Amino acid sequence: MEHYLSLLVRSIFIENMALAFFLGMCTFIAISKKIQAAIGLGIAVIVVLTLTVPLNYLILEHVLSEGALAWAGFEDVDLTFLGLLSYIGVIAASVQILEMFLDKYVPALYSALGVFLPLITVNCAILGASLFMVERDYNLSESVVYGLGSGIGWALAITALAGLREKMKYSDIPEGLEGLGITFITVGLMSLGFMSFGGIDL
Amino acid sequence: MSMKETLTNPIFNNNPIALQILGICSALAVTSSMQVSFVMCIALTTVCAFSNLFVSLIRNHIPNSVRIIVQMTIIASLVIVVDQVLKAFSYEISKQLSVFVGLIITNCIVMGRAEAFAMKYPPLPSFIDGLGNGLGYSFVLMAVAFVRELFGAGKMFGVEILPLATDGGWYIPNGLLLLPPSAFFLIGLLIWAIRAWKKDQVEAPDFKMAPNTVGSGSHSHS
Repeated sequence: MEHYLSLLVRSIFIENMALAFFLGMCTFIAISKKIQAAIGLGIAVIVVLTLTVPLNYLILEHVLSEGALAWAGFEDVDLTFLGLLSYIGVIAASVQILEMFLDKYVPALYSALGVFLPLITVNCAILGASLFMVERDYNLSESVVYGLGSGIGWALAITALAGLREKMKYSDIPEGLEGLGITFITVGLMSLGFMSFGGIDL
Repeated sequence: MSMKETLTNPIFNNNPIALQILGICSALAVTSSMQVSFVMCIALTTVCAFSNLFVSLIRNHIPNSVRIIVQMTIIASLVIVVDQVLKAFSYEISKQLSVFVGLIITNCIVMGRAEAFAMKYPPLPSFIDGLGNGLGYSFVLMAVAFVRELFGAGKMFGVEILPLATDGGWYIPNGLLLLPPSAFFLIGLLIWAIRAWKKDQVEAPDFKMAPNTVGSGSHSHS
């Protein structure tokens, strides 16, 4: 239990997807002008990450890795080179299915998340989490915890940035630094702040 | 638009990172060493140019409703090729780039150019456009990596330029430059520099301070 708690805290704060690994930066900068939108996107990312990381783990373990197809009579087939293609396929498909599912059964949530869901397929935080899961050899329950944690971390970061940017509308910024430039510097300061979580170990 | 403009426009005038906010993720993560970023630039430019070429070749046969998936498949296959080549010929660097080669798939520059340019234009201009956008990306990446490696570790491409104080030289490296936050600061400053040079890229502010009317106009008679 302690191990999972530690993994959760590490993936939320210390190894924050957005601020330590720069993943999902494009949407992170583009959709952080309003807090409402940022929260919506954050929740969508949490949901999709918690689903796709374990799903990709299962694909890797039972279809792609060496000898995984032994049950079908292919003893020494190693399909790991197809990894990238299958992960992105799984992500695109599950986002699509999630969208249809929400539309049918939870229309309230669908109208809240609707516009953000398609954006998520090309969010590198989603693919990045799956690739980190492969690189670090997480098992099934670890990958659930890792997906959840990194989703929460990303949502936290984008909400905080949106809050800062809403306040910053009123500040007098030097010409040329307005908009994109000052946003980068703000994110840099946030990332500096998050680095102070480093070394926390439960 | 001539071929030359298609190639050079994305480097300064319409830089994918500095103006269009595309593909920033990997730009920040791999720039702590010049050698690694150089390999990343080559990988991205190759993928971007060839994905544009292939998408453009079959653009008239792609049904509109599934075009994103078709583009994604082309890009993912190209990235797999690049990844395998890297693993075969420079395993060390491929280890350092870790997940970031795979993340070229979701790099918005590649997707964005396939969608915005290659779907509309013939193969040759598309190829050149992909090349140009790859170079625009490389320009920002190498500029950031240059500052980070030179002042963070006193090296360029791994060769010592500024002798470090710890090895008996005079330069005390700035460790902050090797940490993630510095990449954000550097890109922010780089954008500032480009916009100070090319004024038309400055964004209009959301809010403008109203001019102070009390002191000047109405009370001027006193």
